[in-house]
Amino acid sequence: MKRWRMGFGIIAAGLLTVSAEAEYGDVVLNRRAEAEGMPPVIFPHWFHRIRFRCKVCHYELGFEMRAGSNVVTMQDIIDGKFCGMCHNDEIAWGTENCELCHSGKPGLKSGIRGGHSTKGPGVW
Amino acid sequence: MRKPWRHGILAGAAILGLAAGVAVAGYWVPLARDNLHDPESPAIGVLQEPAEALSRLPPDPAGNQVNWVKALEEGVINPRTNLRPETRVRIRETEVLMKDTGEMPMVLFPHRPHTLWLDCKNCHEKYFISKAGANPINMYKILQGEYCGRCHGAVAFPLTECKRCHSVPRNKDGS
Repeated sequence: MKRWRMGFGIIAAGLLTVSAEAEYGDVVLNRRAEAEGMPPVIFPHWFHRIRFRCKVCHYELGFEMRAGSNVVTMQDIIDGKFCGMCHNDEIAWGTENCELCHSGKPGLKSGIRGGHSTKGPGVW
Repeated sequence: MRKPWRHGILAGAAILGLAAGVAVAGYWVPLARDNLHDPESPAIGVLQEPAEALSRLPPDPAGNQVNWVKALEEGVINPRTNLRPETRVRIRETEVLMKDTGEMPMVLFPHRPHTLWLDCKNCHEKYFISKAGANPINMYKILQGEYCGRCHGAVAFPLTECKRCHSVPRNKDGS
């Protein structure tokens, strides 16, 4: 009687594990975060594009459209560049909320992630 | 009265139901289980969950499971177009038919949905020369993240959605 329940539980857990992927377009930024003692940054494209069109960051703010090609330091952000254009306690939370951006698991590699995505041979 | 096979059927139905639910209704992994966020991070519970935001938007079978262009066109979302008041917000309506697509249907590129999101300078002249036929685009390069693959396959709908770009059937004589 209990055996099938256990079996179902295992299969369901397996299904959930397989599908436990980041959201399409999530970016891990860990070029220097962990080396400087902070957890990696997780940037969710989905959250930002509900509120801003791509052109705001990729045209006005100057973010290159390639994961890994933007070297962003905390000093840049504090000086109002890149993320700091909004993350300044006016448009979005300010830089004192370290852990809201630096929320990644230890050891993550930088790059673009996400399920429901192209799994081709490309650079992504 | 024991009928053990019934349990198998029940379990099978439950799994199928779960799978169908995932496929049809959309399934967004909670941040604490996405293999990126640290479940112990104080950000969990403060950051918006994908399901809360994305389940309210027009559905799509791929990517974020959101039809982002539809969400814009229908006014479900109205993301800001600029931060600086002096920035010109440019929309272009022309379409480009790309005929050299081998055995696949031709590609009709619509500027409008692209410029709703992007500025001309995001693509021109950096990645695309503004002259029909001047860009040696092919699927291999796109899969390597060049040309359309800058966004499609990363943040815009993925490259498994062939027919959304290859949408114009070719005449049987190849014309």
